Amino acid sequence: MCLSIPSKVTKIDKESNMATVDTMGVSREASLDLMEEGSVKIGDFVLLHIGFIMNKIDEEDAMASLETYREILEIMDAKEREEAILDGDNCPSGGN
Amino acid sequence: MPLNLKDLYDGFRQPEVIHSYALLIEKEANKLKRPINIMEVCGGHTHSIMKYGLNQLLPKNVNFVHGPGCPVCVMPKERIDHAYVLAMIEDVILVTLGDMIKVPGSKGNLQDARSQGADVRFVYSPMDCLKIAKENPSKRVIFFAIGFETTTPMTTALIHQVISKDIKNILFHINHITVPEPMRVLLDDESNTIDAFIGPSHVSVISGSQIYDEFANHYQKPVVVSGFEPVDVMQSVLMIIKQFNEQRSEVEVQYSRSVNKEGNLVAQKLNHQYFERRSHFRWRGIGDIPHSAFKLKKEYVHVDAEMIYQDSLPTEQIDDHKLCICGDILKGKANPIDCKVFGKACTPSNPMGSCMVSSEGACAAYYKYGNLLR
Repeated sequence: MCLSIPSKVTKIDKESNMATVDTMGVSREASLDLMEEGSVKIGDFVLLHIGFIMNKIDEEDAMASLETYREILEIMDAKEREEAILDGDNCPSGGN
Repeated sequence: MPLNLKDLYDGFRQPEVIHSYALLIEKEANKLKRPINIMEVCGGHTHSIMKYGLNQLLPKNVNFVHGPGCPVCVMPKERIDHAYVLAMIEDVILVTLGDMIKVPGSKGNLQDARSQGADVRFVYSPMDCLKIAKENPSKRVIFFAIGFETTTPMTTALIHQVISKDIKNILFHINHITVPEPMRVLLDDESNTIDAFIGPSHVSVISGSQIYDEFANHYQKPVVVSGFEPVDVMQSVLMIIKQFNEQRSEVEVQYSRSVNKEGNLVAQKLNHQYFERRSHFRWRGIGDIPHSAFKLKKEYVHVDAEMIYQDSLPTEQIDDHKLCICGDILKGKANPIDCKVFGKACTPSNPMGSCMVSSEGACAAYYKYGNLLR
């Protein structure tokens, strides 16, 4: 039950205060009763929990996190290459 | 490049990133002065850890300790019996979330009640009650509400609909509980071995990360509020270890794409409108924790099933089976594999305690994902 699902808003029905969201290919209806009026827009990324939208996912923050992970991978890759080169230098048979 | 929905899943599950964090954690953990135990409170985090084998990626001096963040697991048997008793009443349709299906009370589970002729419906959302009530005007729909702060607002949203539209045939049995109170109880126990917390995050989407301030400040335990994907958890572990090495004790939010300090104010307002805190509430395995659970305010007694049917509801406390060590597991003092009946007399299809049958139970997580440990 803790597990809410990131989804994308595809439709908004102001009258019923409901939104339609896409959760990885499955379309679902979700209540906007827990969100400030007018705060959710089509295209927003949101957390869906038992039929309700409970917050908006901060896109910029998510992208910043993904960028951090990219940088970590680059650093690790660079380290591995360095170690591979050093291993090569230290190898008694010298690659022969 | 714009964000895709897929990125919000896959981006936080990348195996190479998990591996990189494992290496970074190992390096940082080398500087630790002593081994540390990190309690992940939320059952959802326990499941992520077990599913992705994250506990096996940690160095020997960093351990996960499982906590009581499973709302169904911490419900005492006598309250589960409330659901059974209500379900068996002639004109009642008992509605609850799917997690309750196989949870064992002393009379059986809700599936058993069904086979005895009770009308029990398991729903995805509390709002489904509206349709059920409309289609069954001569019946009383009782919503048996369970969950921590994450799920409480959804119940209050339904209460709001029922009250404002004056719907006559929907009642509520409220079992909502809070996360900081049991955390405090665990830390006040002098024999606890908890050094830091991975903070429940969807709870903080609603309440804000501010609810963990006392644990960093008064109790001096670092708290990192973590997302549920494996990269989130690994990044959070690294953040905790760094706090120790830098002698800090703070509340940090790793899951900043979804959590902030204040939380969801609309949800908090609804909570204040309809609920007040119970002075006492018995937690399975832990005992009474004051002010750790909600009930409907007096002015809403006309929709409070617990009050309306109080003469029929059992009050006697019912203990667990002698061999069930759910209590110790919920307090982080034992692991599911320490339990004599784990996987033998107690399995998901034949559970002796709710930890084995709840989607957030530690025992269920170990059973599902822990084959490699045996």
